[in-house]
Amino acid sequence: MAHIPLPEQLPGISSAFAFRPETARPMRDLAHVLLHEPNSLSPGERELIATYVSSLNDCYFCQTSHGAAAACHLGDSATVKQVHADFEKASISEKLKRLLVIAGQVQRGGKNVTREAVAAARELGATDTEIHDTVLIAAAFCMYNRYVDGLATWQPHDESMYAQMGEHLAREGYKTPSVRPPVQG
Amino acid sequence: MTHIRLPEGLQGIRAAMAFRPETAKPLNELAEVLLHAPNSLTPGERELIATYVSSQNDCYFCQTVHGSIAAAHLDDDEELVRCVKTDFSQAAISDKLKALLAIAGKVQKGGKFVTAADVEAARKQGATDVEIHDTVLIAAAFCMYNRYVDGLDTWQPHDEELYRQRGKKTAREGYVTMSQEYLPQPHQQQGER
Repeated sequence: MAHIPLPEQLPGISSAFAFRPETARPMRDLAHVLLHEPNSLSPGERELIATYVSSLNDCYFCQTSHGAAAACHLGDSATVKQVHADFEKASISEKLKRLLVIAGQVQRGGKNVTREAVAAARELGATDTEIHDTVLIAAAFCMYNRYVDGLATWQPHDESMYAQMGEHLAREGYKTPSVRPPVQG
Repeated sequence: MTHIRLPEGLQGIRAAMAFRPETAKPLNELAEVLLHAPNSLTPGERELIATYVSSQNDCYFCQTVHGSIAAAHLDDDEELVRCVKTDFSQAAISDKLKALLAIAGKVQKGGKFVTAADVEAARKQGATDVEIHDTVLIAAAFCMYNRYVDGLDTWQPHDEELYRQRGKKTAREGYVTMSQEYLPQPHQQQGER
């Protein structure tokens, strides 16, 4: 049971967004800029960063929904599983691997990010904006994950639901709800 | 030196926000709703939650800025702000706020640390569902802002008077209005210097 009475039958962050639309709007806008708008990092790469941080934070809802969005962008779910298991061995670019190192450091705390990690990413061609966005995606998911779990939201284990959400997120982005409550009656 | 080339002369999150105005906009709007917009928790109480979480995350810039804003809302009581950071159970604040700070501290460690008993304790002191929600989200949001500020290794000069004066102004004007001080304005984006 959620810690506060949230709208029923909405999973994870969707229920918290419906409970407090005033905070939902900037939170949706932020995710939309970070993950969906045009960027030199592809949407699939950015969703992988979000998924990786969410798995480090052990947030089932976020890692599953963003994993589904990443799979949709990348055209397969194998890469998502590889990144989850050990990103150093995943079939992703070396640049993305170095950015995932930075994201993992941010997850533990901002001061953990090292000059070496930033230099390593830059050597593989990462730009200032890509490094900035990696840091902010990782930081933002330290917020979203805590929000979703800190309210003890309902997080059903339902693969087809997350697959549908992933498709919606990959196609439409974050400005509108990816799940709607079932129509009554 | 910062990890990436940020606009010079801007402290902490201001440099990061000026570097990337597209993300600055929702970041400021979120802070505005959580900390400045009308709420049954006073702005001072909400700034104390932000300050406490920032000190738990050891972010100098955020705890000093928000500590200054909190003091500005609380009759310039900087001692109270220090006390909340050191040991809030001994601070001259309401029992409800103490129970909410306990929840915020759990969120800082990770969302799953918040227990039904923590929430029940806050509710017994009169906390509403929205107040509990907002406490969780303020704490979660500062786990983002703090990581953003330190993760880019932004410039954080130790200048208490600067933060004190800025705290008074932010307490008055809010986050979106204050952002006009450091975000590129439309005419500058068109190439004027």
